[in-house]
Amino acid sequence: MPEINLSTAFFIGLGSLTIVASLGTILSRSPVTSALFLVLNFFALGGIYLLLEAQFIAVVQVIVYAGAIMVLFLFVIMLLNLEDEQRLTERYDVKKGFAILFAGLLLVEVLYVVGLKTPAIAPRLGTVAAEIGTAKYIGQQLLTEFLFPFEIISVLLLGAIVGAVVLAKKNFGPERATAKTTL
Amino acid sequence: MNALALLLVMELGDRFALMGVVLGVLLTAVAYTVYAERRIAAFIQNRTGPDRVGFDLIPQLKFLKGAIGLGQPLADVIKLLMKEDVVPENANKFVHALAPLISLFAALTTIAVVPYAKGVAIADVNIGILYILAITSLGVYGITLSGWASNSKYSLLGGLRSSAQMISYELSMGLAVVSVVVLTNALNMGEIVESQTSNPLNWNVCRNLLGFIIFTTAAFAETNRAPFDLPEAEQELVGGYHTEYSSMKFALFFLAEYANMIVACTVIVTLFLGGYQVPFWTDAPWFVQVGAFITKTLFMMFVFIWVRWTLPRFKYNQLMDLGWKFMLPLGLFNLLIVASTIVIFGNSLPLSILNLVLVALCVAGSFAAKPQSKMA
Repeated sequence: MPEINLSTAFFIGLGSLTIVASLGTILSRSPVTSALFLVLNFFALGGIYLLLEAQFIAVVQVIVYAGAIMVLFLFVIMLLNLEDEQRLTERYDVKKGFAILFAGLLLVEVLYVVGLKTPAIAPRLGTVAAEIGTAKYIGQQLLTEFLFPFEIISVLLLGAIVGAVVLAKKNFGPERATAKTTL
Repeated sequence: MNALALLLVMELGDRFALMGVVLGVLLTAVAYTVYAERRIAAFIQNRTGPDRVGFDLIPQLKFLKGAIGLGQPLADVIKLLMKEDVVPENANKFVHALAPLISLFAALTTIAVVPYAKGVAIADVNIGILYILAITSLGVYGITLSGWASNSKYSLLGGLRSSAQMISYELSMGLAVVSVVVLTNALNMGEIVESQTSNPLNWNVCRNLLGFIIFTTAAFAETNRAPFDLPEAEQELVGGYHTEYSSMKFALFFLAEYANMIVACTVIVTLFLGGYQVPFWTDAPWFVQVGAFITKTLFMMFVFIWVRWTLPRFKYNQLMDLGWKFMLPLGLFNLLIVASTIVIFGNSLPLSILNLVLVALCVAGSFAAKPQSKMA
């Protein structure tokens, strides 16, 4: 029987918080409540990363997801003021049936892989993990060993930014200038 | 030296005690910042400001009566607490109550990583500066949610403005922070202060003047202080995000706003003004260091108040233009200057002077190139 120490207790607390928040995200009716649960979820995940000695990832998780992306989500939800979310949830069609089917398949796959194909986790060496989690180590690795993937991702993000600007600039061509500009 | 080494390994109990002290000081400071703000505003506008309320009920403090109105914060707090707590009929009650708590949480937890003297901080974590960015980026939820939960047009507009504003200025703030990290080669707040040494020429305000300006401006925006106080623009939005708040909940927002301002000042002092470093006195005893830290913070707070009562509020488009078209490129440019000078010349003292000159030239050049710019 594993001993219950402080970090186990924290893990159980944060893990159940993650699960509750995820359920809240998909089950709540109001989009704003969903978004808030998602923020809580990211927070709890950040806490779990912290338990795994991954300080940098924990903080980046909070900065990027909770601090920036969800604020943007919330901004859009509030701007559109989705009030008829009730009507949206009542529709069932073929598309939704397929979605449920594939989601179920994916779940079975994940459970199969996790349950049967994952080797037992090797005992973790605390000092090494703590060293890996620091910002310094991650930065060094990113700019030496993983330089190529890092640069590829940078280019990908740049492409996404350019694409967003193009999409946002609706009337960029002379023939498009008279096209409908409202959303 | 030994005493300092002992201070570096603070026990958990000491940290909790320090937390109690810091929160006590911070909350008292908030009350008197409000008072100071009113007095300074009055001074700037050629008025008198609050000068009546004394501590008449306490006989020992009777001499303060009618002198300078030092009892005003206490009277204000009591007035706020006695008021009726009104929640709008169609508000989301839970979120309505949650929002001020989020604001206050974000304001009060940021100060945890700020060092007050050598080795004295509530939480001396490796990623101190990233932690500050993370927590300040959460502060926006309090304002945005209060705007949404109140179910009022004015509140919603205030909340929307605030989320857009904070996202826009966080980037420039982050870039300024990165330039500091490049200069000091550390993410830990204590190490950032240590690397600035007790020579004021080595402080980041000299080595990285542009970064200091960018960070301070972004801090004005992040704390919703004038000239960036669009989320609560009285003339357009009644009270902005806190239109529908009263009594204690309003007091919490008020508290959070001023606590935010003080904490932002401490962060600016830590990153750019040498933190607890005493000029030309390397191994100063801890109380001198704390004194230096508080003095610098008070100075920055004065700057915050001074700016608020000097500059008029931006229009929304000016705010966005300044954030995205001016401060963001400037931040990137500054990062480029700092990084390249470090690569070429190394991190030495002459660098700071060179950097100052270079930055001054660049700023002058950018303003000379665009004389018709209506940005500032």
